[in-house]
Amino acid sequence: MAAARPISDSTAPLTIETSMPFTAHIVDPPSRDVATTPAELVAFFRDMSLMRRMEIAADSLYKAKLIRGFCHLYDGQEAVTVGMEAAITRKDSIITAYRDHCIYLSRGGDLVTAFAELMGRQVGCSRGKGGSMHFYKKDANFYGGHGIVGAQVPLGCGLAFAQKYRKEDSVSFALYGDGAANQGQLFEALNISALWKLPAILVCENNHYGMGTAEWRAAKSPSYYKRGDYVPGLKVDGMDVLAVKQACKFAKEHAIANGPIVLEMDTYRYHGHSMSDPGSTYRTRDEISGVRQERDPIERVRKLLLAHDLATPAELKDMEKEIRKEVDTAIAKAKESPMPDVSELFTNVYVKGFGVESFGADRKELRATLP
Amino acid sequence: MAAAAASLHATAAVSKSRSAAIPQVATSVRVAAASRGPGSARARGGLVVARAAAVKDEAADTNSGGHEVLMFEALREAMIEEMTLDPTVCMIGEDVGDYGGSYKVSKGLSEMFGDLRVLDTPIAENSFTGMGVGAAMKGLRPVVEGMNMGFLLLAYNQISNNCGMLHYTSGGQFKIPIVIRGPGGVGRQLGAEHSQRLESYFQSIPGLQMVACSTPYNAKGLLKAAIRSENPVVVFEHVLLYNMKEKIPDEDYICCLEEAEMVRPGSQVTILTYSRMRYHVMQAVKTLVNKGYDPEVIDIRSLKPFDLHTIGNSVKKTHRVLIVEECMRTGGIGASLRSAIIDNFWDELDAPPMCLSSQDVPTPYAAPLEDATVVQPPQIVAAIEEICR
Repeated sequence: MAAARPISDSTAPLTIETSMPFTAHIVDPPSRDVATTPAELVAFFRDMSLMRRMEIAADSLYKAKLIRGFCHLYDGQEAVTVGMEAAITRKDSIITAYRDHCIYLSRGGDLVTAFAELMGRQVGCSRGKGGSMHFYKKDANFYGGHGIVGAQVPLGCGLAFAQKYRKEDSVSFALYGDGAANQGQLFEALNISALWKLPAILVCENNHYGMGTAEWRAAKSPSYYKRGDYVPGLKVDGMDVLAVKQACKFAKEHAIANGPIVLEMDTYRYHGHSMSDPGSTYRTRDEISGVRQERDPIERVRKLLLAHDLATPAELKDMEKEIRKEVDTAIAKAKESPMPDVSELFTNVYVKGFGVESFGADRKELRATLP
Repeated sequence: MAAAAASLHATAAVSKSRSAAIPQVATSVRVAAASRGPGSARARGGLVVARAAAVKDEAADTNSGGHEVLMFEALREAMIEEMTLDPTVCMIGEDVGDYGGSYKVSKGLSEMFGDLRVLDTPIAENSFTGMGVGAAMKGLRPVVEGMNMGFLLLAYNQISNNCGMLHYTSGGQFKIPIVIRGPGGVGRQLGAEHSQRLESYFQSIPGLQMVACSTPYNAKGLLKAAIRSENPVVVFEHVLLYNMKEKIPDEDYICCLEEAEMVRPGSQVTILTYSRMRYHVMQAVKTLVNKGYDPEVIDIRSLKPFDLHTIGNSVKKTHRVLIVEECMRTGGIGASLRSAIIDNFWDELDAPPMCLSSQDVPTPYAAPLEDATVVQPPQIVAAIEEICR
């Protein structure tokens, strides 16, 4: 059909085959044919490009010492969150570990509050008190943002429990990495979820490295989708946003009807584990550039858009320029926000204060006034 | 499940009938749980009695006389009342359902509320505590039971990082109205690993509140208040106190979470204690009174934060302090309390504040050794004689 100009916003159905078939464990895999629309593909391109740019900008901000501490970047893995979001609603819950910036964006978070939080400013999404590893968005059912590896998975199963308790007909996605997959609490939580038939979906974002340790050195069985044993699993090409969408849609239907399921997303991170890790001492630069050339999620969608004549290269380039500007504007706005006031130190420790404050080492520890 | 649906609709009806039956009692503004938002079911459901110790006698006189319960029955009553009042309250723990709880605190609850609200878990403290926190983030009010407090060490990460800190790190977005309860303390020759006192380990966790109950009256009141509180509360019970008998009021009441209890007013020396040691103290007090001393005994109840108002007023009166606790000496509750008293009430003190704690040893199995681990009444008597010299 003739291409629509300017960039296609058509919602006419389009079926595209995933790059690879799904590998399944004790369940029948979904079809490789994914239903999508031109508008959706364009949105995928836009969203992933925005995330990519945000993470690269965060890299620069970190090197400029505006972001401190730990900063774990998601570039390379964008397809996982974008594909997941396309398959579910905001009523479904998502919880993840510390590589959470892009998922926050996916769930409706905005660039300004994201950058502000990274820089520890007042308008940050956690008022500057959380930092990179603690992004949350309650109204979008995004439960963060957790620093301790694996601890978010029992939380995620608890979310699923609450959903079942309240008969909400929605599911919870608990994301974790290949490193966290070896944590005992995962298996504990999976056992309980299977016993109580909770609508929990455990998603292993397998980027093949647990910080500096490759998966073959950390896991006797790196088939993470099979680790559920009695729980069904699906292995997905995590760099193919359409495959991710299909798998998450399938998983949601399964979880509501039958209880927990494990998804393994085969993905890759271009940056090191965090900004403190160069990412090249345990893997070769050739490997990184190889993945970038052959499996990059954004390039894949770009090729699809061009192949199906839904956009021209120039239009996509313009979109990327716009996105760059958008990110720069957001950073400038975030920089304007001041640091939190010192009194913020004591707010939100408890839901309601009870008149006790704690002070630094040189002042009184507890305070009480006698009449 | 049918049970959950039924109790969701029953909430309003229960509240109405309750408030009609109870005579008006003046409430103190310091009762945190009473000051709920307009939309809350609990604001409508029943009056609360403030200043538990002070009004205790009045309550016993003004109503039909109350009823006698054992401590575990009082806790059970608290659970039943709160679960009836609020359908989001659920109970998670090992053997709490069919078995009825290892100390019978949840006996019959599974039949009453169904297995979606009283949940038997596998032996997986780390994950089911984490699941409790996750459920709390999403609006439920779980009560997580550790069969023995010591087992909750396996869940320390969840209690410290997620339970205590999520309200802060999310900038106030999520609240974690979870209650973690269970028996701890030194029992009768249970061995070292089953005789742990975790209050000293948890006291530094920011964002957590801790209370220790010691009588059926305050056990029921504190557990109810803890369930109603929007903050995570750890309720420390004691293995040896579950069969304590006491008469408690028939009407709905709670105890303020941050308040200490005046057990015996006095004028000569302040004894601060909590949980089982309260009874050792009162036994020592009998001897002391015979010897002519007049000690003031306060059960601090609130381990985090300390009720420095009550404690301070007492120190101002007596000028001498003895702390008697079951915690280990190193880094225990007594250590923090002594520090707080010195910081705040130094000018009032006529003698150094003394602290009697358990020995810094794993609790031995043999009976005479176990007895020597914890503080015994003769030691308390000797300490008071020393302070008052």
